[in-house]
Amino acid sequence: MIQVTLPTHLRALAQVTGPVELQVDEPITQRAILDALEAAYPMLRGTIRDAVTRERRPFIRFFACGEDLSHEPADVPVPPDVAAGKQPFRIIGAMAGG
Amino acid sequence: MSEVRVLVGTRKGAFILRSNEQRKDWTVEGPHFPGWEIYHITGTPAAPNRLYASQSGGWFGQVMQRSDDGGKTWETVSNEFVYDGVPGTHQWYDGSQHPWEFRRVWHLEPSPTDPDSIYAGVEDAALFHSNDGGKTWRELPGLRGVKGNLWQPGAGGMCLHTIILSPDNPNRMFVAISAAGAFRTDDGGKTWRPVNQGLKSEFELPHATAEVGHCVHSITMHPSRPNTLFMQKHWDVMRSDNAGDSWHEVSGNLPSDFGFPIAVHAHEPNTIYVVPITSDSHHFPPDGKLRVYRSRSGGDEWEALTNGLPQSHCYVNVLRNALAVDSLDSCGIYFGTTGGQVYVSADSGDNWMPIVRDLPPVLSVEAQILP
Repeated sequence: MIQVTLPTHLRALAQVTGPVELQVDEPITQRAILDALEAAYPMLRGTIRDAVTRERRPFIRFFACGEDLSHEPADVPVPPDVAAGKQPFRIIGAMAGG
Repeated sequence: MSEVRVLVGTRKGAFILRSNEQRKDWTVEGPHFPGWEIYHITGTPAAPNRLYASQSGGWFGQVMQRSDDGGKTWETVSNEFVYDGVPGTHQWYDGSQHPWEFRRVWHLEPSPTDPDSIYAGVEDAALFHSNDGGKTWRELPGLRGVKGNLWQPGAGGMCLHTIILSPDNPNRMFVAISAAGAFRTDDGGKTWRPVNQGLKSEFELPHATAEVGHCVHSITMHPSRPNTLFMQKHWDVMRSDNAGDSWHEVSGNLPSDFGFPIAVHAHEPNTIYVVPITSDSHHFPPDGKLRVYRSRSGGDEWEALTNGLPQSHCYVNVLRNALAVDSLDSCGIYFGTTGGQVYVSADSGDNWMPIVRDLPPVLSVEAQILP
């Protein structure tokens, strides 16, 4: 199972209190994880990716295994430890203060 | 005894204020959706416990919420606001053309008769409709066809912030858009025309009497007089007695005719309210005195309403969706400020008291009367 952590506001919106676990079919990519996440939690549609273009929203970042994966292509496989469920795929609200 | 429910949208969540007909003792519930901007939260006349809230934020975009139990529980409905066809372009700050981009829902206007029918005014300016309680949204694209390429965002964004459904003609609607103007449809939203004749924007537009481009801040109408409209423009308070075909100024003796909201008394169709603001560059009340102004003559002659409002060192603003009336007798008037206060007058504006003082900046206020 893939582990996904959400920022506070999205945990509240999804009505979860901790990481969510998702069954994701191979190949396990960012797109596959996000598709599975939105299927399981439809209230998150449009909050991580634009509802129309399906592109990552500007102030959303994806971290995993100590790396910033935000600019990785959506269809590239995620790190093996994420695919194996050993490390979470972290969805982060970017720093946007002043 | 009736219950009064006031729905307050703020920069950091929604609040529900409750009282009885006396409107003296209040409970404050919230925040709902803490941390999110609630541009508008409103009730449905045909089913008062059905509430809608526009929830948005810079990180996570637009979420739409609906409650069917008066705000006890909420469920998300569709947040997919997709412009019809190729979105096209509007004017940008540098004079170039810029693609239409959805940003947020500013205003929600439920049907007075059908609880599943609701309109949404959005930024970048467009009008959407749902006939299934918000599960799906469809644009009424004819509006953007009215010289939309000439519309240009103002400082607050190119937002469609006012929607008025004519009470005597289901095919007639009015909308207002910042830095675009007022528009009317007489065929249920298929086609629209600008209704800005008489507006003058001498320092904002190269052509002061242009057909579109005026920065309309808010419009109101009393349901018993559907051809009479009152407008708070960027500068100037205006009135139309022919459904917007022409407007004339009724600013009269106001200390400033700049402001954002305008409202009409629930039982006196010629009694209107504005909150003057010093200027476009000084978004606070003149002389640091928070004064609501009332005209009982439909404009021109105004009186300051100050009893209970701060009359020194007050530098808050009242935004365009943050003034509301209730339908009790005597009429209740409500407004929220950018300083987080929500004030009520239970006697048509003669006397005021704060319901709550320290909310986040208030974006919208709506009042409901429940049996």
